[in-house]
Amino acid sequence: MAQNTYDAIVIGSGISGGMAAKELTEKGLKTIMLERGRNIEHIKDYTNANKAPWELPHRGNATQQMKADHPVLKRDYTLNESNLDYWVDERKSPYVEAKPFDWFRGYHVGGRSLMWGRQSYRHSDLDFEANAKEGIAVDWPIRYKDIAPWYSHAEKFAGISGNRDGLSVLPDGDFMPPMEMNVVEKDVAARIKKHYKDQRHMIIGRTANITKPHNNRVNCQYRNKCWLGCPFGAYFSTQSATLPAAMATGNLTLRPFSIVTKILYDKDTKRAKGVEVLDAETNKTYEYFAKVIFLNASALNSAWVLMNSATDVWPEGLGSSSGELGHNVMDHHFRAGASGEMPGYEDKYVYGRRANGIYIPRFQNVGNDKRDYLRGFGYQGSAGRQGWSRDIAEMSIGGDLKDALTEPGAWTMGITGFGETLPYHDNRIYLDKSKKDAWGLPVLTMDAVIRDNENKMRVDMMSEAKDMLEAAGLKNVKTYNGGYNMGGGIHEMGTARMGRDPKTSVLNGNNQVWDAPNVYVTDGAAMTSAACVNPSLTYLALTARAVDHAVGEMKKQNI
Amino acid sequence: MTRRDAVARVALLMGGTVIGAEFMLTGCSPSTSDKQAGTQDSKNPGQVANNFKALNPEQTAYLTEVADTILPATKTPGAKAANVGPFMAVMVRDCYTPEDQKIFMDGLDKLEAASQKASGKGFIKSTPAERTALLTALDKEQREYTKTKKPEDPNHYFRMMKELSMLGFFTSEIGATKALRYVAVPGRYDGNVPYKKGDRAWATS
Repeated sequence: MAQNTYDAIVIGSGISGGMAAKELTEKGLKTIMLERGRNIEHIKDYTNANKAPWELPHRGNATQQMKADHPVLKRDYTLNESNLDYWVDERKSPYVEAKPFDWFRGYHVGGRSLMWGRQSYRHSDLDFEANAKEGIAVDWPIRYKDIAPWYSHAEKFAGISGNRDGLSVLPDGDFMPPMEMNVVEKDVAARIKKHYKDQRHMIIGRTANITKPHNNRVNCQYRNKCWLGCPFGAYFSTQSATLPAAMATGNLTLRPFSIVTKILYDKDTKRAKGVEVLDAETNKTYEYFAKVIFLNASALNSAWVLMNSATDVWPEGLGSSSGELGHNVMDHHFRAGASGEMPGYEDKYVYGRRANGIYIPRFQNVGNDKRDYLRGFGYQGSAGRQGWSRDIAEMSIGGDLKDALTEPGAWTMGITGFGETLPYHDNRIYLDKSKKDAWGLPVLTMDAVIRDNENKMRVDMMSEAKDMLEAAGLKNVKTYNGGYNMGGGIHEMGTARMGRDPKTSVLNGNNQVWDAPNVYVTDGAAMTSAACVNPSLTYLALTARAVDHAVGEMKKQNI
Repeated sequence: MTRRDAVARVALLMGGTVIGAEFMLTGCSPSTSDKQAGTQDSKNPGQVANNFKALNPEQTAYLTEVADTILPATKTPGAKAANVGPFMAVMVRDCYTPEDQKIFMDGLDKLEAASQKASGKGFIKSTPAERTALLTALDKEQREYTKTKKPEDPNHYFRMMKELSMLGFFTSEIGATKALRYVAVPGRYDGNVPYKKGDRAWATS
């Protein structure tokens, strides 16, 4: 037992798990980070990162075999030849869809921090106060002032590039120099600002790509190949940032192929005492012990671990006393917006491939603005010149066509909304004990849909996008609604929410499980509401804040 | 491709402003339905049944000639210099559904028959002018067909050939670096550089 005993256990090695490990080890705690999948070593294992497009046999496209192997992943752009190894083996790890649910997972060291979109935004009090003001679900137990210093802490370490735009709905952070808008985006931004009398804004995306050297990481080289893994370490990931920091302390043990099957609960002390691990390679079972446990397995899998930790005391799972465990599943619904063509600018082009776009922060239901739905959405998008794959209607085949396609086409711009999903109690996941994964473990059933509020918002996402692009001078503007399944935003949240009352929430204001206060859940599961901004920065901030709390409690011998 | 690129592409597709944007998508998407995708091979569980007979060297060379007529050498090299045929064959073999594979293979015969009908010669024996005239007519045919095509209708074989020629050429090393421009490590971003007519486009964005 002694050799399996640590000060802290971290379950999961993605964005929030990596941060937990870094913070815990830097505070002197001997920590083991358990990762269910294989190791991927920084740079060395980024197999395709330095390949030219023509070195891939299908130039990145998916084959029929890949589609058969990845029935979920194939639903979106996610299925491709270039980083296929970074996505879960769906045959080994299935799930049940009571309602259609897109679950795009990365089961390896680093998790989805290797493939994430990197957009990084702070929540504001508009978000933290919304549930209480509107009587939706439960109130967040924290406000912006509680998390603001931790946002700074996370931003300074991760390296977030962005502009200080001074907008109350989207608080400024401790940013690295912003990336640049291109010439068309700049003009569109200026026209939107003028047309909407400074009530709407288009800003450069705030992204976890560093724009100057930082902690032995090289600044972004504008290759736009982030999701292959970056050989320069230019975007924030477990591999590029938190793992090396944690390793440098000498306090971290990383154990890949370690599926945590349950948290071991001691009913005498009313604390967790450790975890049970199934070795994914050998199928042998081990136990690890620690004073404090950070659960960062990603929103749905963290809920799975809690549910699978059922005991006589907690028959529905650890943290189930409120009846909210596994409920309130949220995501960001997206893929509704508009696009059009920008006349002119034929004498302008760009150099470099910017791994970032523009952002239009939420303006609906802000101040005096009122809509026929609650909350709102932001837009992401970009402008660029068309490439060789465009159709030239007046040309057929031959030298003229080829020569025309070797020149850039017209400027176009598209924006798509990312909208807040409300926390509905009826949107839930639960253990399906009749179906097992490759290790004989029960799988999750997903039963969640977007509802009236979100569908009304999607209509608005289209019409506002059209109005704004037209106001900015784009022509031939067309709206689209590309459809959406829950999970497709890859921002799963809410399955073990924070709250003020143990009767209605799974976690308290410090991310402690009410029913076992030495267990902290600091990934998407903790979210009380979704806001409409990309959530990972908030997980980083919540994690650092929770570690600080945990270490304080350990010193006080409260846990 | 990034999520933003994917979203932008879908935006354009759905918006219908750029029909050609579906090139990369149809390159590996079934023309009609997904029903045949993922059919299991009973002898090799987990393997997709693929009874497709690989294209022979003669057929691959034929495809290179077709591609080179669609995208010939001009002031920059063409599809033949990039040897596009073998790539097209790989895409048909690995990425097409059995249904699309059949349309494509039947298309080779149809193209040859059309050539015989037009000039009394096979495609390979035709002069450059005859080849261009033939494929221009076939492109017109596929455009008209595609205009009224419903999603569940089969693809037109010549649209497939044109798409694969373009994909194969512009993503090849020669296409990307000689016809287009490619810089592996740009190192910086400039969102406002002068452009003059004739400057080559970037191979990727």
